[in-house]
Amino acid sequence: MTQPQPNSSPPALELRGITKRFPGVVANDGVDLTVAAGEVLALLGENGAGKSTLISILYGLYQPDEGTVQLGGQTVRIGSPAEAKKLGIGLVPQHPLLVSRHSVAENLALGGGSGLFPARGVAGRVRELSEKYGLEVGPTARVSDLSPGEKQRVEIIRALLGGARVLILDEPTSVLTPQEASGLFRVMRELRADGRSLIFISHKLDEVLDVADRVTVLRRGKVVGGVPTAGATRESLAELMVGRGVDFTRKRGAAPANREVLLDVQNLTASGSRGLPALRSVGFTLGRGEVLGVAGIAGNGQSELVEVLAGLHPARGTVTLDGQPLTGGAAERFQGGVAHIPEDRIHSGTVPSMTVADNLALRGYDRFPLARGLARDLKATDERARQDVEQYSVATPGIHTHSRLLSGGNIQKLILARELHGNPRLILAVHPTYGLDIGATDQVHRVLLERTNEGAGVLLVSEDLDELLSLSDRIGVMVGGELRGPFPVGEVTRESLGLLMGGAHPHSVPGADQGVGA
Amino acid sequence: MRFIPLAAPSTTRAGLVTLASVAVALALCALIFVFYGVSPAEVYSTMLRGTLGDSTGLAEVGRRTIPLLLIGSGLAIAFRAQFFNIGGEGQLLLGAVFAAGTALFVPLPGPILLPAVFIMGAVGGGLWALIAALLRRLNVNEILSTLMLNYIAVALVTYLIAGPWKGKDVRGYIYTDSFPDAANLPVIAGTQVHWPTLVLGVAVALGLQWLLSRSTFGYALRVVGENPGAARYAGISSARVMTIVALITGGAAGLAGAGEVAGIHHRLLEAGQISLGYGFTAVIVAWLARGNPALCLITAPVMGVILAGGDILKIDLNMPFRVVDVFSGVILLCLIASEVFVRNRVVWGARA
Repeated sequence: MTQPQPNSSPPALELRGITKRFPGVVANDGVDLTVAAGEVLALLGENGAGKSTLISILYGLYQPDEGTVQLGGQTVRIGSPAEAKKLGIGLVPQHPLLVSRHSVAENLALGGGSGLFPARGVAGRVRELSEKYGLEVGPTARVSDLSPGEKQRVEIIRALLGGARVLILDEPTSVLTPQEASGLFRVMRELRADGRSLIFISHKLDEVLDVADRVTVLRRGKVVGGVPTAGATRESLAELMVGRGVDFTRKRGAAPANREVLLDVQNLTASGSRGLPALRSVGFTLGRGEVLGVAGIAGNGQSELVEVLAGLHPARGTVTLDGQPLTGGAAERFQGGVAHIPEDRIHSGTVPSMTVADNLALRGYDRFPLARGLARDLKATDERARQDVEQYSVATPGIHTHSRLLSGGNIQKLILARELHGNPRLILAVHPTYGLDIGATDQVHRVLLERTNEGAGVLLVSEDLDELLSLSDRIGVMVGGELRGPFPVGEVTRESLGLLMGGAHPHSVPGADQGVGA
Repeated sequence: MRFIPLAAPSTTRAGLVTLASVAVALALCALIFVFYGVSPAEVYSTMLRGTLGDSTGLAEVGRRTIPLLLIGSGLAIAFRAQFFNIGGEGQLLLGAVFAAGTALFVPLPGPILLPAVFIMGAVGGGLWALIAALLRRLNVNEILSTLMLNYIAVALVTYLIAGPWKGKDVRGYIYTDSFPDAANLPVIAGTQVHWPTLVLGVAVALGLQWLLSRSTFGYALRVVGENPGAARYAGISSARVMTIVALITGGAAGLAGAGEVAGIHHRLLEAGQISLGYGFTAVIVAWLARGNPALCLITAPVMGVILAGGDILKIDLNMPFRVVDVFSGVILLCLIASEVFVRNRVVWGARA
């Protein structure tokens, strides 16, 4: 993929075969990437595709397990962020890291200035850079008075002060208004004209088309494509990003009409972590034996929807399961038949420092048969673990092995075994196959579909459109906290879903205007 | 030299590293003694002879082991839940206050007075730690709050013994009257080892070990301590677990305080006389035991030897009393620093 370009000097930055493994997941798998001087490269990929890991490697926070990094044709080792700066690699973090009570110059002098009053020396350079690139930041302004866009420009100046030739912008527009974003793009073009190399991380397709020269797409840790933006379209990029799936054949037959309603959600409204509305009057029904797919770009309310249903997040509105109001905390709801395969299997789905047997007991550890009164029944716990491990073919050295030693696929099987114990009526599955290999993915899909045959309803949240299309009976799209649809799966395509995810109105999307609410 | 993380640090490794870090600490202290102008060999042999070498020394070790065992076992539980209680000292004092108040002012028949003294001691210590647990819900760091509560506890004791609880027959001194006889603990003859508290300490250490490894609450506690995200996911209330943990760790320290006043002093007196820094030394006891209450049965006497040995050094070698703090400080530093060797494999050389 990265043939040396004849008749030209070596690229400003070249990564070859970068591989980085973490326990349970290969975050980067043989990633090749080049950026020329005076070029803006967009790094595109879903959440967890490996973008952050790659940036951390470039900025010296992680060491790759395999592969080389070359700067201007020289192989370099980036041992720390300080070394990265010295080598001319600058990072503009997603959330600015500034001391808000200090002035811009004082912030920039931190770690970079010299002498007794470092801020004074810096102020001149700040003005200079600010004028040159149209950054419009005054060195004496107090950081607490700045807007998010201005803070970000301070971070850009910090990188430039450090002499950055390669500038990495980590989802820079996620905190900006559209107007601020277009201001940022102007600055980026100036920097490009000056011969610097920019790596721009985003999953907003319009922005990528607007500002980047080339796009490299990561999926599940691998580079799945690299194209110039000239000639690319939103659709072609979306397709690259979600990719052709492991198995694109539909795994389900046609849906029977008139299912019995299992889950009825009306007018669900919830706030997100920053107090902003995360769900806006979401309403849908889920039938017995049905798989309802939920598509959407990360951060559009899918996580909150699942958390609300699982009893982890407060919300207003009515939710009934089999006609009974669904209330109580997470443990209570699980006992009432709501299983939850969480988004983050390491940080919430399991306790990595506990054994497989203890992890399998996370649900029901305090009740019969796993406990008698206040005492745990360790024999019963082990017995349950042996059965689960066998039934779900979890590959583990033993039931007393710490779960952190298991691969991602086996951790997910462990979670499935635990959550599906006791035949739940409703299964909330979030990115259930993210990061899994083909075999494990197939097994997860098979198990979920088996449960629907037994009458369970599945709410499947995924960023993988192939997965949604092959498993769901109906698919809804979350955009800005609203649910579009759900649409019967026969009436949507990858393309129409992609447009809906990007915020297009259903009426303007072919095939999606017939969407029925229930 | 580089550190490679170990996926599953073994118990053996933890044990060996712990022993090695104590050895390093003793070597560092030896260096300090050299600079102080005494031979380390003489210091260590004096300590050992004076503590383990004769019955008086052993009794002194035993006396100090009792509060260390009680507080240390409770702290072990607290550390496993990531509740960093540095306030054992204050909780001990509040236990002593509640115990003394019961012994002095509550007219109870003889046989039930002592149990009441201990129960109220546990209540006092538990409530003191509970303040920190409740503050933690408001995002107040418990390291700071428990530490600060120590000073408030000292002031409270001083106020009580100099003010409302000042004894009638004590003239210029500041302490309370003596407890009635029924509130005094029996001791092993000729020593200050109040054996009922020692028995209680052993029971608490074993009981808390059971709680941690066999009970449903212990399971919830470990989930909260090892992965709060998973606790939230599974519907385990971290706040509730922290509240109970605070009551346990504070209660254990309160029992120690009750034992000290009922077993040794028989009255409430100045904070510095009730506790010889037991609350802080117990942090090392719990850390050495790596969060296992039952292992405090070994680590508490070890620190008891160091505390009692410090007194011997003061008398026999004319060393300053603070020598004990030097020991404790160096051992704790080495233990904390050794954590990295438990979790990582060390590779020498520039790059693998």
